[in-house]
Amino acid sequence: MAAAHAEEHPATTTGLDHRKLLIWAFLASDCMFFGALIATYLVYYGKSLVGPYPQDVFDIPVTSVSTFVLLMSSMSMVLSYSALRRGNIKAFRIWLLSTCILGATFIGFQVFEFNDFVQHGLTPRTNLFGSTFFTLTGTHGAHVTLGIIWLLSMFFYSFKKGGITPAKHLELDIAALYWHFVDIVWIVIFTVVYLFGVFEGF
Amino acid sequence: MADTKKSHAGHNDAGAHADRSDFVAAGHTPHVEAHHPTAATYIKVAMTLVAITMVELLVFYVEGLGKGIIPVLLVLSSIKFALVIMFYMHLKYDTRLFSMLFLGGLALAISVYIALLALFYL
Amino acid sequence: MATFALPVPKRPVSCTGVWGWITTIDHKRIGALYGITAFILFVSGGIEALFMRAQLMRPEMALVSPEVFNQLFTMHATTMIFLGVMPLSAAFFNYLVPLQIGARDVAFPRLNAFSYWTFLFGALILKLSWFLGGAPNAGWFGYAPLTGLQANPGVGIDFWVVGLQVLAVASLAASLNFIITIINMRAPGMTLMRMPMFTWMTLVTSFLLILAFPVITIALLELMMDRFYGMNFFVPAAGANPVLWQHLFWIFGHPEVYILILPAMGIVSEILPTFSRKPLFGYPVVVLSGVLIGFMGWMVWSHHMFTVGLGPVANSVFAITTMAIAVPTGVKIFNWIGTMWGGSIRFSTAMLYAIGFIALFIIGGLSGVMHSSAPSDAQQQDTYFIVAHIHYVLFGGAIMAIFGGIYYWFPKMTGKFLNEKLGFWNFIFVFGGTNITFFPMHFLGLDGMPRRIYTYAEGMGWDFWNLVSSVGSFTLAFGVLIFIVNFFYSLIKGKQAGADPWDARTLEWSIPSPPPEYNFAQIPVVHGRDPLWEQKHGGHHTVPVAGGSVGEGHGIHMPQPSYWPIFTSIGLLVGAYGLIFAWPVAVLGGAILMIGIYAWSLEPVNEPDPAHH
Repeated sequence: MAAAHAEEHPATTTGLDHRKLLIWAFLASDCMFFGALIATYLVYYGKSLVGPYPQDVFDIPVTSVSTFVLLMSSMSMVLSYSALRRGNIKAFRIWLLSTCILGATFIGFQVFEFNDFVQHGLTPRTNLFGSTFFTLTGTHGAHVTLGIIWLLSMFFYSFKKGGITPAKHLELDIAALYWHFVDIVWIVIFTVVYLFGVFEGF
Repeated sequence: MADTKKSHAGHNDAGAHADRSDFVAAGHTPHVEAHHPTAATYIKVAMTLVAITMVELLVFYVEGLGKGIIPVLLVLSSIKFALVIMFYMHLKYDTRLFSMLFLGGLALAISVYIALLALFYL
Repeated sequence: MATFALPVPKRPVSCTGVWGWITTIDHKRIGALYGITAFILFVSGGIEALFMRAQLMRPEMALVSPEVFNQLFTMHATTMIFLGVMPLSAAFFNYLVPLQIGARDVAFPRLNAFSYWTFLFGALILKLSWFLGGAPNAGWFGYAPLTGLQANPGVGIDFWVVGLQVLAVASLAASLNFIITIINMRAPGMTLMRMPMFTWMTLVTSFLLILAFPVITIALLELMMDRFYGMNFFVPAAGANPVLWQHLFWIFGHPEVYILILPAMGIVSEILPTFSRKPLFGYPVVVLSGVLIGFMGWMVWSHHMFTVGLGPVANSVFAITTMAIAVPTGVKIFNWIGTMWGGSIRFSTAMLYAIGFIALFIIGGLSGVMHSSAPSDAQQQDTYFIVAHIHYVLFGGAIMAIFGGIYYWFPKMTGKFLNEKLGFWNFIFVFGGTNITFFPMHFLGLDGMPRRIYTYAEGMGWDFWNLVSSVGSFTLAFGVLIFIVNFFYSLIKGKQAGADPWDARTLEWSIPSPPPEYNFAQIPVVHGRDPLWEQKHGGHHTVPVAGGSVGEGHGIHMPQPSYWPIFTSIGLLVGAYGLIFAWPVAVLGGAILMIGIYAWSLEPVNEPDPAHH
């Protein structure tokens, strides 16, 4: 009569898994987080007293390539999840690893770009542009890196017997949501920071 | 954000039994997703994202528009944003609760930070 | 489920002793931990206040130096807000929410434990600053560039910046947990509009927390970038605008004050109906008001900046929005009065505190409305008039409600009543002391006494009321002392209390006092608001009233304790100190954090074969 066992998937009020609700609530919170960094960047845009300024350092073609890479990583992420749902473990792993590689490529581009900027005389300490730019894109890059570690961990865990199965797709779903979020933040950053950077200060 | 908390509101107290739409029988967690896009759809979305990015670049390099590219770029990147959220993050097919949670936070962020920027330009 | 053979000690099964408390994931124990820790910190904040009141008792005293005084007012406020009221509220969230919604625990028990330990370590970082090089000294709002490296090279602000970020992690984790718990773990039949008001206010507060804390996290991160890595966010010489700090801080700071008061309002909304023997008047309207306050709280932040020079348009807009937010607040007050009206009132100590809350919060609200007019605020800003307002709403408001809540729910938590006689005198001295301390501050403010001054000259006309206020503060302290005596006395010799000692209305009173580990032997099915009352006096017999009989609850398996939450928290603590003092230690902290996260992820939520406790 009193035997309500603490199950792996107990009944919930909405029928939804706790963890799925958690990630969406967390992403809502992360909007405020990145929004504050973007707002800081925009408040200080055009206010640096000394250069280099965005037009002096930005290389839009190169950044477009890294943007393309990150967008493709979102595609491979969703294909990985789709493959898992369909039970194609091999494809799931290949797409998952591709996502990690594409993510790492993006980070590689970021590192290259940051180095390039430093060569041009822009560091986080140089001026307002440097501080706000590097903190914003650095925080984004840190999120991407954490995401890569997360996904890579799942990749290796999938080799453990019964580690990741189609029935346990929720864990991948949550990691994927995080990954896509990091991608949409970049969509905003690419437009607002890089593409708008052509202006001297609006 | 206010909506999220009222998502299950509106049941009056005259009812004598547990509301079926709220209560899930023990041990059963129903599938919420009614529809799943195919891999083809995902690839089409990816191609669209790439295409829009290329349009953004085109617009960026067009000299004549000047500051007019700002609204154009904002619209284009909003479309990309929406595509990823709706299809890759599955919001189009999932329960409205997720949309309310996330879009609530997003709407708050956009409103508050636009207000903040306005205060600096007043 | 796949299990790794991790080279770590086996997961604990015992719930006894110190190790039991360290590894607990039981929401009731975590609530108790929050409560005890927060109360001790509240007392420490009070001592900081008493030093200030002693220093200000007479003109030109030299009890403490100006430098120490700056640290005192900074630490007093930071302590009371982040280490006092917030975790005291968290204690109530933790203990009560699962009980009120008919659940056996929160959605993520280990995350819950992690939140507590992270809070404790954040508190340590802040409080130990006194002994490790100096406490922060630039106010609880840390305005840049006073908090910048040039003006403030010492280590105090570093502790503040890092400590608050650690606390932010704790708050974020806890709030996410409560949102999911409330949305997703309600007993069958408990729709949102049938939830107890305290749970409703917890939900609104939790949303405010997850949306507001990221903003201050970024502000602190930017300040940290300036201080630790020489960046320019708040460096005027590089063209930075100090007003940006103020905006970011208050975008967080204003929702924060609603975070401080809404749980207290929730507590009052529970106490009044029980001791008026009437349901809460206008329940849907009270819910709507709470939600509106949460929503509108985002639209008023620049009323903290009326004297900064934002311009007439900005000032007008924020004055109007601030006046508007008084409306839902006032509506709640009318509903509380409506609850008592025509009721059969019992003046228990809890009820005295709840009524005292209403009276004092009205006073605080009135001074608040006075500040909402930008021209008036031009005189009041940075004077003791604001200090009066703050303390009427936070002490006369939040703290009074919390005391009331303690008297109300202590029997549930311990199975014993707090002594009502001692309680009465506790209330008299606290209520009286509050008014004697803080009412004169209205006069001092209107007479021009600025905030945050360590002394004042004779002949300013401020002598008398400062003396009165200081005497009041010691009266207040005496009242708190009576409470502490009552607490320990009652723990040992308190009168026995059963499951429902107050003849109350909500689900937590349907289970034994103190509750068994699994809370409910049988999950109740709810048919309306105040489900216990409805059952006692209405007729529906589907809220099983636990008799505590032998064998009841047999077969209910609760998740086992875990040491990964505290282990992971320690990573944050070590990392935080490393950031301030030595980067290799920060790396070590990061490593501990990562190991903790991995081990936690690999540990199953429930062990396949839990031992019997």
